[in-house]
Amino acid sequence: MARVRVLVRPKEGILDPQGQAVEQALPALGFSGVRNVHIGRLIELDVEDEAQVPEMCEKLLANTLIEDFEVVRA
Amino acid sequence: MSASPLSALPTVDDAVALGLTRDEYALVCDELDRAPNQVELAMFSLLWSEHCAYKHSKKLLRTLPTEGPRVVMGPGENAGAVDVGDGLAIAFKVESHNHPSAVEPFQGAATGVGGILRDIFAIGARPIAVLDSLRFGEPSSARSRFLLDGAVSGIGHYGNSIGVPTVGGEVYFEAPYEQNCLVNAMALGLAEARKMIRSAAAGVGNVLVLFGASTGRDGIGGASVLASAELGEADEDKRPTVQVGDPFEEKKLLECSLELLERGLLVSLQDLGAAGLTSSASEMASKGGVGVEIDVSLVPLREPDLEPFEVMVSESQERMLCVVEPGRVDEVLALCEKWDVHGTAIGSVTDTGRVVVRDGGTVVGDMPVAALVDDCPLYDLEPARPSAPLYATPAGTLSADAGPRETLLALLASPNIASRLPLFQQYDWIVQSRTVRRPEEADAAVLRLPNGRAIATSIDGNGRRVACDPYWGTVGVVLECASNLACAGAEPLGTTNNLNFGNPEKPHIAWQLTEAVRGIGDACRALDAPIVGGNVSLYNEGAEGPIYPTPVIGMVGEIPDPSRAGRLGFASEDDVIAFAGPFRPRIPGSEVAKLRGEPLPDGLPEVDVAAVRAAQEAIRDAVRAGELSNAHDIAEGGLLVAVAECCLAGDTGAQLDLGRAAAAGPELVDRLLFGEASGGFVVSGSEEAIGRLRERVDLHRLGRVGGDALTVALGGATIEASLAELREAHAALAPLFP
Amino acid sequence: MTTFGVIRFPGSCDEVDALHAARRVGDAKLLWHKDRDLHGVDAVIVPGGFSYGDYLRVGAIARFSPVMESVAEFARAGGLVLGICNGFQVLCEAGLLPGALLPNLERRFICRQLGIEVVSNDTAWTSACTPGDVLSIPVKHTSGRYYVPEDQLADLNVVFRYAHDGNPNGSTNDIAGVANADGNVVGLMPHPEHAVDPLTGSTDGLRLFESAVRERVPA
Repeated sequence: MARVRVLVRPKEGILDPQGQAVEQALPALGFSGVRNVHIGRLIELDVEDEAQVPEMCEKLLANTLIEDFEVVRA
Repeated sequence: MSASPLSALPTVDDAVALGLTRDEYALVCDELDRAPNQVELAMFSLLWSEHCAYKHSKKLLRTLPTEGPRVVMGPGENAGAVDVGDGLAIAFKVESHNHPSAVEPFQGAATGVGGILRDIFAIGARPIAVLDSLRFGEPSSARSRFLLDGAVSGIGHYGNSIGVPTVGGEVYFEAPYEQNCLVNAMALGLAEARKMIRSAAAGVGNVLVLFGASTGRDGIGGASVLASAELGEADEDKRPTVQVGDPFEEKKLLECSLELLERGLLVSLQDLGAAGLTSSASEMASKGGVGVEIDVSLVPLREPDLEPFEVMVSESQERMLCVVEPGRVDEVLALCEKWDVHGTAIGSVTDTGRVVVRDGGTVVGDMPVAALVDDCPLYDLEPARPSAPLYATPAGTLSADAGPRETLLALLASPNIASRLPLFQQYDWIVQSRTVRRPEEADAAVLRLPNGRAIATSIDGNGRRVACDPYWGTVGVVLECASNLACAGAEPLGTTNNLNFGNPEKPHIAWQLTEAVRGIGDACRALDAPIVGGNVSLYNEGAEGPIYPTPVIGMVGEIPDPSRAGRLGFASEDDVIAFAGPFRPRIPGSEVAKLRGEPLPDGLPEVDVAAVRAAQEAIRDAVRAGELSNAHDIAEGGLLVAVAECCLAGDTGAQLDLGRAAAAGPELVDRLLFGEASGGFVVSGSEEAIGRLRERVDLHRLGRVGGDALTVALGGATIEASLAELREAHAALAPLFP
Repeated sequence: MTTFGVIRFPGSCDEVDALHAARRVGDAKLLWHKDRDLHGVDAVIVPGGFSYGDYLRVGAIARFSPVMESVAEFARAGGLVLGICNGFQVLCEAGLLPGALLPNLERRFICRQLGIEVVSNDTAWTSACTPGDVLSIPVKHTSGRYYVPEDQLADLNVVFRYAHDGNPNGSTNDIAGVANADGNVVGLMPHPEHAVDPLTGSTDGLRLFESAVRERVPA
């Protein structure tokens, strides 16, 4: 079994109100110089065949119309 | 178990750390004829807590009226219920989730809603509505805004996701709630009366089936001091966690429970709430006069290494316990599977009168049911009226020389009066297609029933007025709730209450509590609106002092014809506007007094409860007869605010002439426009209809509906505020939800 | 008589409302998510709610349920399918409608009665309407911001728009509902099943159900 992490984030250009809200909140707490905040999902899974993960993402874990995904070996 | 439970007996100091007194610990030892082990002490400490045993309030609660011709189920069951005709019953109850919400407002409020909904379907009723009653510090405080935002989101998240409409509620902002916010949720359910089920376990040899979510360390709270010694500071992940709600799991649990009942597969049913399996199993056994045996090794766990005491006291959400005849267990488990709900047989009903907890082959706890459930000592309160004011004078925000117009706009923008739509529109108020009156369309929410009739429901509790006078303030709360129902055209059938108070072991809090309960009892008796259930939340205080004493009252009333349900907005141009009822407004204790920074008065005027009831009946009958275009109870802010609210809800102006009152001087005008009291209503209708109402109730003509401004002629002077100005002031809460 | 089938997923909330709304104009029954058989219904409604908890992504898991396989076949064969709110999200996830539904700009659940303009009556579910009609229908959702890539906008079969500057969620071009190219599959965020009775709101939503009935009756 291999532990794999799938990072799902909004596609570039898709308005991300959650990310924007955080981006606006950080300066209010004194953290300046923050840009491009985006909020997505982290999916962790143990798989026998790592090669299947991209297809899992295409079919279920991400909606590729609005989301990008990245598969990371943990 | 790594160690035998009897080899490492907890001490009296452990018992004290768990909230028992030394005397109570000694009593437990007497009951068992030995010192309790870890599992037993955990179970006693919870069942003998204020939350489960009501040890400081039970004697008071026994004074409340609980019987009436329409009461189908009274206090003591998961929820009360009233008969609404044609074999149908409405189950309802209010419950608090104050402390969890102060720690984590989103999950605290969400699980509060989840908990009260389980109480409703545990008696076989389908939940049809939620109302909530919230208290926070002033919105100028960042903490209050955080708590408000979290609680509102949490209520919406749970109620919306499970498909139960949130149809009403109230929120107040007062400094004494700054550290102790209140989150009370009330739920209503619809059932066929003959199919409702009680929670008493019965039938020796019957099987206990636990179904729903798996069990984790959620909400183990204080009992964590019992955890094995190896749990050190570093073991963060073993610490008891905040309860997390899963509305999806509860939705399945709800459908599964109702189908199990529909098919007649259950002997009894109980939800798992505070104190988890401990309280559910013990109370089912107690009510049935039987014993139960539970094997904790059979309970499905979310984390592998829970100790037996943790399994017994876990407050993991979305779980139910039922009693099933042995021959029907397979059917029950199959139905659980249909709904993708995990069901497991974990024990059985015995004839021993004891709660026996096993861990596989080992008995890890063995206690008499009666000792757990009935033998907790009840305490007498030692009430004493405080000699000095308990609460600081509110910080004034309105200058002393503000005229009536400025005062009106300030009141409409006051957080306690401003429109609640910014909160309400975060809730689904229409799912299930019963909602005849939505939030801010009427003084009470109105829901139609399958028998062609309807119910109205409201929840109320102005704590500041109770702080001024615990007796008359509480009477006022009950009257206001009934007045809200009357404006919708409803007659009260039953009442639920949630008593939110400070530490009852302090004489002044004991006095508040005693007086408030006396007020509820007297008012409910006078209105024939018996108490069918409720909840108590005590110790709501911190270093800064106690919360305002806050008895929250929820009522359910019936309306024969939903198409005639009352509205609060003015509806027809040229209608006559009047105020009706035995209304004796006073400034002290009112919202305007708060804005002016006046201290809380020591006492409120007496109220003629019978006269208020008669006025409610007159208004209700006129609404039911379709005589009135609108009816609105005069509450916070007084008469002029009430008229402005009717204008805003009806999107029309009004012209009032108060020249005669003005002649009596500015003080009287102030009192008439902005003073508060029970028993006043703003109504509108045709000349003839208002004339007919005058035959039944004290009534004074105020003016006419029309135009796009609210104008008030005060002898020589006239004040005017456009609808747009009123609307802008009334929208003051919107910025709290950016 | 037209028979509507309303799907019940675990987590559906508005399926009974849709059932009763459909019964005002025809016959209706519930279809269980684990059952591939559509039981001969003439039209399928994928209702609102939070199917499978809306976990992972709204509508993402429901689309793989057994019943949705049959709905996809039914739709491709020209069968009438209406997705309401969560049902719209499911149909988009299933590829039966273009686009996707994103979280509301305000990031909050919004429950509001709104004016919904009919853009096209050239669909199975709006044939009883006239373009330009403004229907009073409530919305209630957290993820209703309709999105399609810029280059697909021109070919998009838009059926409903939020009227009177009432866009509650930041939808592209105020889009409240769309159809597939053939017009037999329609999805919308507003809840027509909650606008069928004057006692509980308006009756404007009935027009969608009446359209489907008219569609099934041979001329």
